[in-house]
Amino acid sequence: MNNYLRRKITDKLMRALTVFCAIFVLLPLISIFVYVISKGITSINIDFFTQLPKPAGEPGGGMANAIIGSLILTGMASLWAIPAGVLGGVYLSEFSTNKLGTLIRFSADVLSGVPSIVIGIFAYSVWVRPMKSFSALSGAFALGIIMIPTIMRTTEEAIRMVPHDLREASLALGINRFKTTIRIILKTAMPGTITGVMLSIARIFGETAPLLFTAFGNRFWHQGMTQPIAALPLQIFVYAISPFEDWQRQAWAGALVLIGLTFVISLTSRLVTKRKI
Amino acid sequence: MKKLLTIIGGVFISLIIVSGVFAAKLLLINGAGATFPYPIYSKWFYEYAKIDETVNFNYQSIGSGGGIRQISEKTVDFGATDGPMTDEQLQKAGAEIFHLPMVAGAVVLTYNLQEVSNSRSSLRFSPDVVADIFLGKIKKWNDGRIAQDNPGVNLPDKKIVVVHRSDGSGTTFIFVDYLSEISGAWKSKVGKGTSVDWPVGLGGKGNEGVTGLVKQTPGSIGYVELSYAVKNKLPYGDIKNIAGNFITPSLESTTKALDAKVDTMPSDFRVSLVNPSGKDAYPIAGLTWILVYKKQNDKAKGEKIVKFLNWAVTDGQKYAADLLYAPLPNSLITKIQNKISEIQVK
Amino acid sequence: MKRSKLTDFIFQKVSAVFALSAVAFAILILFIITKEAFPAIKNFGFPFLFNTRWDPVKENFGALTFIWGTIVSSLLALIIAVPISLGTAIYLSELAPSKIRQPLSFLIELLAAIPSVIYGLWGIFVLVPLLRETIQPFFAKYFGFLPFFQGDIYGVGMMAAGIILSIMIIPTIASVSRDIFMAVPHSQREAALALGATRWETIKLAVLKFSKNGVMGAVILGLGRALGETMAVTMLIGNRPEISLSLFAPAATMSSVIANEFTEATSDLYVSTLMEIGLILFGLTLFLNIIARFLVWSTTNKASFGK
Repeated sequence: MNNYLRRKITDKLMRALTVFCAIFVLLPLISIFVYVISKGITSINIDFFTQLPKPAGEPGGGMANAIIGSLILTGMASLWAIPAGVLGGVYLSEFSTNKLGTLIRFSADVLSGVPSIVIGIFAYSVWVRPMKSFSALSGAFALGIIMIPTIMRTTEEAIRMVPHDLREASLALGINRFKTTIRIILKTAMPGTITGVMLSIARIFGETAPLLFTAFGNRFWHQGMTQPIAALPLQIFVYAISPFEDWQRQAWAGALVLIGLTFVISLTSRLVTKRKI
Repeated sequence: MKKLLTIIGGVFISLIIVSGVFAAKLLLINGAGATFPYPIYSKWFYEYAKIDETVNFNYQSIGSGGGIRQISEKTVDFGATDGPMTDEQLQKAGAEIFHLPMVAGAVVLTYNLQEVSNSRSSLRFSPDVVADIFLGKIKKWNDGRIAQDNPGVNLPDKKIVVVHRSDGSGTTFIFVDYLSEISGAWKSKVGKGTSVDWPVGLGGKGNEGVTGLVKQTPGSIGYVELSYAVKNKLPYGDIKNIAGNFITPSLESTTKALDAKVDTMPSDFRVSLVNPSGKDAYPIAGLTWILVYKKQNDKAKGEKIVKFLNWAVTDGQKYAADLLYAPLPNSLITKIQNKISEIQVK
Repeated sequence: MKRSKLTDFIFQKVSAVFALSAVAFAILILFIITKEAFPAIKNFGFPFLFNTRWDPVKENFGALTFIWGTIVSSLLALIIAVPISLGTAIYLSELAPSKIRQPLSFLIELLAAIPSVIYGLWGIFVLVPLLRETIQPFFAKYFGFLPFFQGDIYGVGMMAAGIILSIMIIPTIASVSRDIFMAVPHSQREAALALGATRWETIKLAVLKFSKNGVMGAVILGLGRALGETMAVTMLIGNRPEISLSLFAPAATMSSVIANEFTEATSDLYVSTLMEIGLILFGLTLFLNIIARFLVWSTTNKASFGK
């Protein structure tokens, strides 16, 4: 009986402990939210969204150029990485032989594990130095490499969930492989694919490390793709470690905008799919 | 769903097109380097954008080491440094690089000591005390040798937290150049350069990072450019100079340090201002240079750079005093202008 | 008919090119970084890995302090994150009422979506003051006899980096483990329950035992993320290349030294040395990823991909 009691108590204790763990996980999340929102809201104003940064130490100014810069960088990275990732995923699930598929899958996994700072020095070596200029393009190149593996693997998984009957029915009707894949399979697998795409967009939107050596930052409006460009996370980093109070204030405002946009992207992907894959 | 994607895609593509249109209008000239003059450079570039609306100067304060590296790699149009390039580095760059002094500034010892900063006067430091703090030999604020220089100040029994730069830095160069001058132990143990192997302390990125760390860490001491300390309302110490006077870092005492060297200025302007002989000269001062290639390969950019440099050493100088940099004396400005006129724009 | 055959052919080849781009990039990154690191490898040789000096003036470089910083900060993160993540995963998969399960999973995934620079910002202004004023003095007072809690208190340092990393990897470990627990067949649990086991015993005997490999994989995935993390660590670790047992002491990691010094290294050898550190980092994460993916794969029997 004593033994039974002990088992009972252990059971209760351990179960309570798991609840405690779950609550503990939420603490930093809540703290981050409270700080980013409370400090961010009081710091955000119209200037923040419309003005260029002021000289160091002067109060005022905003991060308009950085917000647009981040959108452009993300857009350009998406422009090449989404087609590459999606088509790569299609190839993996539809055409690849076993051996080649394993190699590609393995490479994609390796690629997704490469620390983003290493991708940054890679992009610096193959793009910035030969072209003799830090540029928006080199930044988008680095970000794209980060996107590809995630998109490729989620697309593959999503396509795998498309029932075989659908594909066979379409092919039996004499519709060729290309049209079957694009019109039937990809369309059915769309929600899963979009989730992967959105997740990868949300991730690169907040990436800082690879931009240090590529996009480099810019205090003015963007001036074309072959020039350095401002990025929101980069600006937050510079302002966060600065001693100027007004810059620290703007770092919180930037954090609020960054977190807001990132969550909007994540939430959109959830709404689109309404399920986790 | 398709609509949503089309909209998102449309927005991105139009943004990219818009940015392409922008590109045609403005010339962007990129520079990178020292954080020491960043307050005045960012002021200059901000003001200059209003004077010449066809050009923007984008300056990223990544550290003097970065300025030297990136101009040598030609990834930027101009560099900036407060530690002059070595002969070896100049050799490596492949083409002739000019050092053009822009302003002079002071490196100050700033500290975060609640107990003392309430009193009116700032702490005083002898050169050997400074060296030993950064060598890790003096560990506490109430050390007898600090107390000796500061009679009547109630120093707390607190550990000294040294804060230094984690990146390649001209501020570091000026500071360790000074330490090497005044301390044999420093010279043999650590030496001088834009990055060194620090015996003790925390590393912060840029003058911004060091100031930030000092501000956040009670008991800390670090070296930063004067305006960083002033703008952040941090106290900074008086340093004893060769003449034996404790000198408060200021615009005037920096100018005195510059005056002491103007007459003997070498033609390439690579000169150290530390430990000057002047009676009222602040001992840890330095020039800050913009680095440009003598031969400018891009005509449009080259012309704009020359125009800007001429503006900076003349009209631009009036912004220096407000930000606590010492403006250049007229005799030196003429010499620099002669040098600028040697820049060849193809 | 012929034209559509041609379209098919082109489509297949084009998609093959894109799929192979993953392979190409993986190889290219390895190749380029190795090539760039070669002068340093040739100059310093094998002892580079065990040299604790980092002296840019005399160009005497060693990687050991950074390897130490990376490994210790990541291990510290694991020590904190693993029990909490597993507890959370157990709660989510086994115990939580279905009403709580969904929103809680969602919140944890939000934690994963926060950009690392924001963790750094929060760390500088919230975590570091808390550590300096409350937590570290507490440890120094009551556990000061241990070498881990001795020395000066700065706030920034190894402890700050370890804690921020643990917060960042908890979502990875928790959500992958939850998926693995969920994959345990129901019959296993029912069998244990039928034998009269309590809920906890069921979890221990049926669920945890069954998913040991998978959880190991999840932990290593988290470790992989911690090893490569750059921005938040750079902002909080204090950037001092030094080996110290004390968790209060500042340190530097492989990624933080690259972030700090890469654009400003003045000599070619200096840059090449940083490339070599990048290469070591790449190698380490590559190695861990291989093990992790194998372990996760062997339990859930399908490829899984964490972040």
